Amino acid sequence: MSVKIGVLSDFAFRALKANKMRSILTMLGIIIGVAAVILMMSIGQGAQQQVMSRINRLGTNMLTIFPGAAGQFVRSGSVNTLTLDDVEAVHRLPGVQVAAPTVRSSQLVTCGNKTWTTSITGTTPEIVDISSLTLERGRFFGRSEVNGAATVAVIGQTVYTNLYTPGVNPVGTEIRIRGEAYRVIGLLQTVGASSGGSDQDDVVYIPVTTVQLRLLGTTDRSINMMQVQVAGQDQMESVQDAITSLLRKRHRLNDSQEDDFTIRNMAQLQSEAKNITGILTLFLAGVAAISLIVGGIGVMNIMLVSVTERTREIGVRMAIGASRQDILNQFLLEAVLLSLSGSFIGIIVGIAGSKIFSAFSGWSTVISFTSILIAVGFALLVGIFFGYYPARQAARLRPAEALSYE
Amino acid sequence: MGTVSRHDHPLVDCRGLTKVYPLSGVEVHALRGVDLRVERGEMVAVMGPSGSGKSTLMHIIGCMDTQTGGSYLLDGVDVSNVPEKELAAIRNKKLGFVFQRYNLLPRATALYNVELPLFYAGVTGSAAEEKARAALEQVGILHLADHLPNQMSGGQQQRVAIARAVVNDPLLILADEPTGALDTASSAEVMGVFQKMHEERGVTVIIITHEPHIAEFCRRKVTLRDGRIISDQPVANSASAGEEALQCRSKSAS
Repeated sequence: MSVKIGVLSDFAFRALKANKMRSILTMLGIIIGVAAVILMMSIGQGAQQQVMSRINRLGTNMLTIFPGAAGQFVRSGSVNTLTLDDVEAVHRLPGVQVAAPTVRSSQLVTCGNKTWTTSITGTTPEIVDISSLTLERGRFFGRSEVNGAATVAVIGQTVYTNLYTPGVNPVGTEIRIRGEAYRVIGLLQTVGASSGGSDQDDVVYIPVTTVQLRLLGTTDRSINMMQVQVAGQDQMESVQDAITSLLRKRHRLNDSQEDDFTIRNMAQLQSEAKNITGILTLFLAGVAAISLIVGGIGVMNIMLVSVTERTREIGVRMAIGASRQDILNQFLLEAVLLSLSGSFIGIIVGIAGSKIFSAFSGWSTVISFTSILIAVGFALLVGIFFGYYPARQAARLRPAEALSYE
Repeated sequence: MGTVSRHDHPLVDCRGLTKVYPLSGVEVHALRGVDLRVERGEMVAVMGPSGSGKSTLMHIIGCMDTQTGGSYLLDGVDVSNVPEKELAAIRNKKLGFVFQRYNLLPRATALYNVELPLFYAGVTGSAAEEKARAALEQVGILHLADHLPNQMSGGQQQRVAIARAVVNDPLLILADEPTGALDTASSAEVMGVFQKMHEERGVTVIIITHEPHIAEFCRRKVTLRDGRIISDQPVANSASAGEEALQCRSKSAS
């Protein structure tokens, strides 16, 4: 003869309605808690998504190889263990789609009477695939121009706007780098800022051989960086291992010597970034969950007051046939109803708060179904946990004593 | 006239009941050996000054408390061994309680208050409403079904309480000072309702009161003092509450 849940919820609902102000204030604790959990998780997940999309833009099937041992502070140009011949060799490895070298040199560029200091990047045509470059005008230089160390240049948008009057076609014109004339053969489309925040449009691409020969004046063919695009995500590890053993052999390193190069695996970087931002999200949600627990204590407080106030009512209910289980269920349900209705309002407040936050701060926020589920689930647990003790107090009352309670 | 049914056991059978409360180190003897048998269909007044143990006796008879010593059989069942859940069912089905201060749910209508025992019995919806309306009609206040307790007089509220007590067709109505908060006319009216229940439905009624006048409406009068029964006698020519209520009303009208 247990009372149906529908009847019990009616009892609970009536009791909450009888003390509207008190119920709303109690709910407020849960509302704030749930809203905070949703808001904080939306900020954390927004940050995660942003970091992930930036890493994805760099390409997750990308290996980047630098000269010098891992963790060693390398002054640019001071280590010359990586050469163009290494790039050629890596390119021939199975699983490697393309490999491109980079040699950087910061130089003053002039065009007519305008000057601009920029990063001159010496590379090969493979960089077009690796960096996903697209040309607005003209073309990129080809293999023969690399072999011949031709004085041709492809310029980025920032360089273009600083050296040319708007609307002028730069293709076919000449710019001077370190006093030598280079023919502009292409203009790149806008790329935007990199994950590090640097302007990726502030660049001039010229053949790698030209940089080495004319700007650096070296003949050792050493490079600053090699970028490798791997055929598939699943081959990242094996290709990385193959490159390591190939380069060790080429550099004649014996077993006791450390690598004189460093390979950065973008897939690894991605999973690490995911871990870190995941921890950030968890931390934010954890802090918000504390406010939900505080809200739960508020529920317990009010339920205890309610049980004391309604001692006679409990006695009457027992006299007319309520079992202890019925009383327990009724008061537990009141606490759960407070938490649930509080969390539904909290969801709305949390989502609105997240939209407002994103509008004002410019950060992107992500409302996920999971975060709502977690917030409501946790609020429900809080309601049951903090509602159980007062409900048990109510159920434990002895009917005769409860009836004569003043 | 209530008929005393021919069961082989009395409805209420108390033998040597004692009840001791530990009260801040001192033992309070509320009952010191009470023998009381009430047959089906009786209407009994339990009298006594305050502190005589009559409320304690009612709580034990009403399965809301257990005795310290002696035995108590309700309808032939020793309730001291019955699990709590079944005890709740017994209170719900076999017993009906009426209290001095009505004890209605303040924010619920008369109808809802009367339906409450049905809800605990698992009866809901239109079945519950039908039974509750019938009970309200019997106590003569069906027209107040949608009123809240604070919109009703004391006598009306007590009638709602009586309707609540009888809605599950109990064997026994236990009333603890049911007229204690009412004026003479309302008291007589409420006693009239008890008499009607007793006569028309044959329900057994035990009324606890300290007013000798109220006891006159019953058929038997049991007097307690200091936890013992000092007298147990039938009421000769018990008064008709209905007539007296009419007299009261006409007096106050003139």
